Amino acid sequence: MSRFGRQLRAEQLLYWRNRGAAFFTFLLPLLLLGLLGVIGRDQTVNGRPYADYFVPGMLGVAVVMTTFAGLAITLTIRRERGILKRVRGTPLPPAEYLAALVVSTALVLALEAVVVLAVGRLFLGVDVPGAWWQIVLLVVLGACCFAGLGIAVTRLVPSAEGSSAVVNAIYLPVLIVSGSFYPVEDLPTALRVAAEALPLSHLLTALQDVFIDGGVERSHLAGLGVLVLWGLAGAALAARSFRWEPQA
Amino acid sequence: MTPAIEIAGLRKGYAGREALRGISLDVAPGEIFALLGPNGAGKTTTVEILEGYRRADAGHVRVLGRDPAGAGPAHRARVGIVLQSSGVYPHMSPREVLTLFAGYYPRPRPVGEVLAAVGLEPSADTQVRLLSGGQRRRLDVALGLVGDPEVIFLDEPTTGFDPEARRACWDVVAGLAAAGTTVFLTTHYMDEARALAGRVAVLRDGEIVAMGRPHELVAEAGTAEIHLDLDPALDATLAEVAGAPVRRHGRRVSLATATPTATLHALTGWALERGVELGRLEVLRPSLEDVYLTLTGADEGGSATATAAGRGVETHPREIQGAGVE
Repeated sequence: MSRFGRQLRAEQLLYWRNRGAAFFTFLLPLLLLGLLGVIGRDQTVNGRPYADYFVPGMLGVAVVMTTFAGLAITLTIRRERGILKRVRGTPLPPAEYLAALVVSTALVLALEAVVVLAVGRLFLGVDVPGAWWQIVLLVVLGACCFAGLGIAVTRLVPSAEGSSAVVNAIYLPVLIVSGSFYPVEDLPTALRVAAEALPLSHLLTALQDVFIDGGVERSHLAGLGVLVLWGLAGAALAARSFRWEPQA
Repeated sequence: MTPAIEIAGLRKGYAGREALRGISLDVAPGEIFALLGPNGAGKTTTVEILEGYRRADAGHVRVLGRDPAGAGPAHRARVGIVLQSSGVYPHMSPREVLTLFAGYYPRPRPVGEVLAAVGLEPSADTQVRLLSGGQRRRLDVALGLVGDPEVIFLDEPTTGFDPEARRACWDVVAGLAAAGTTVFLTTHYMDEARALAGRVAVLRDGEIVAMGRPHELVAEAGTAEIHLDLDPALDATLAEVAGAPVRRHGRRVSLATATPTATLHALTGWALERGVELGRLEVLRPSLEDVYLTLTGADEGGSATATAAGRGVETHPREIQGAGVE
């Protein structure tokens, strides 16, 4: 096995052995999906089954939780414990180390996305759309952007103890205003403006397009540009300011 | 032979304070070199510059002929690092972590051999989160060794070890040097420096105040100490007879002299004349501890051991007291 393969395997081992983190980033979106499935069983929104909104919504939540929250918290804790500093003293190139962690996170997300789609189809009557490849593309795009933002945000988290609190405080409000649980068009204007400035709402709108209309609407493609801009800004910030040594 | 480590005129400041004020030293290949000094003297700053974590403000720094700041993977493969404190993945066992890290190096040592060298075999398959502090420190040392480095940096490797574990670690370090590895260690344990190091440098406030073989430092200090029990009423007379200032701790009196034979002769002559018994009379050459405490300024206004214990100058006063008198 190559060095990258061994590093990736180690990251997978670490992810699944750390039950607390695995619950938080992997099971929580599935739990939310189950709850919404029970609560919103026979409800409709804009004349469509509610599940047509919250199944793609939970895909978006899964993207944010595994990539943004997962990477931000994992990297902050490793930085503050001095694990990153130790790795930096070895011949392993830093980019390869980060790449293995990101690819490992992507594997977790892929598995989670499959489970979300399967639960939607088997229990909630939401068929996987014909244009499923658009869903794959959107999840990959979202994962790249939120991974960049997750790595960048570690610069704002000063200590391992506070990392979950700070990261949760950043993304939970974003999940709510961005239409993860409800279509964003139905939000009050002020929140809608906020949502449109943020990256997640555009990913969710595009995902809902695929489920409801069979493909991303042309008018919503510009919104994906907002997502990409956030991702690029995150990646640039991460490249400039990422720290390998404890900050606290 | 080209030195394994070269430092000349090294300076480093943090936030307006000069942590290192122009230090210079060379370490030969295969040598064990110890950097001694109290907390805050600049030991960790020095070693982290050598490891490539920090950049020098000024001066010349070479490790294996390369500037460690910005050196790439090929250089890192030749250097082992044991940081003062750094974590390991809590959900992996020592064997798993060592196997992973061994894979980063072109010619690693066998993991089983490294586990045996640091005495971690019994807990090799226990997850790191369940290990004791001492076991984790052994794993730190093992991770520094696993790449089979030409130079290894050990920043206070045995802090927190019990005496048995410390001796085991010393054996490992001595074995490395015997096999040709250059060892650069920082410590504030005198006995560690004496047991291991071929040469030591004493760092005080960012400057090297002494450097040499441990016995040379002691010889350079030049003085001997005479200790005895005596009635306090006789202190003034004693000082006059001995021609040296007298320091008292309870019943015990001590005085330092550069000419122990003459001073002792004067003292015993006076005591015989007056019929006074000099209780528990001893002449001691200073230990490395005494020299160190004098050099680092911890010995102002009191005997070495009493000062260290009383003021808590060192973080491990017991250590110094226990080893203070030879």
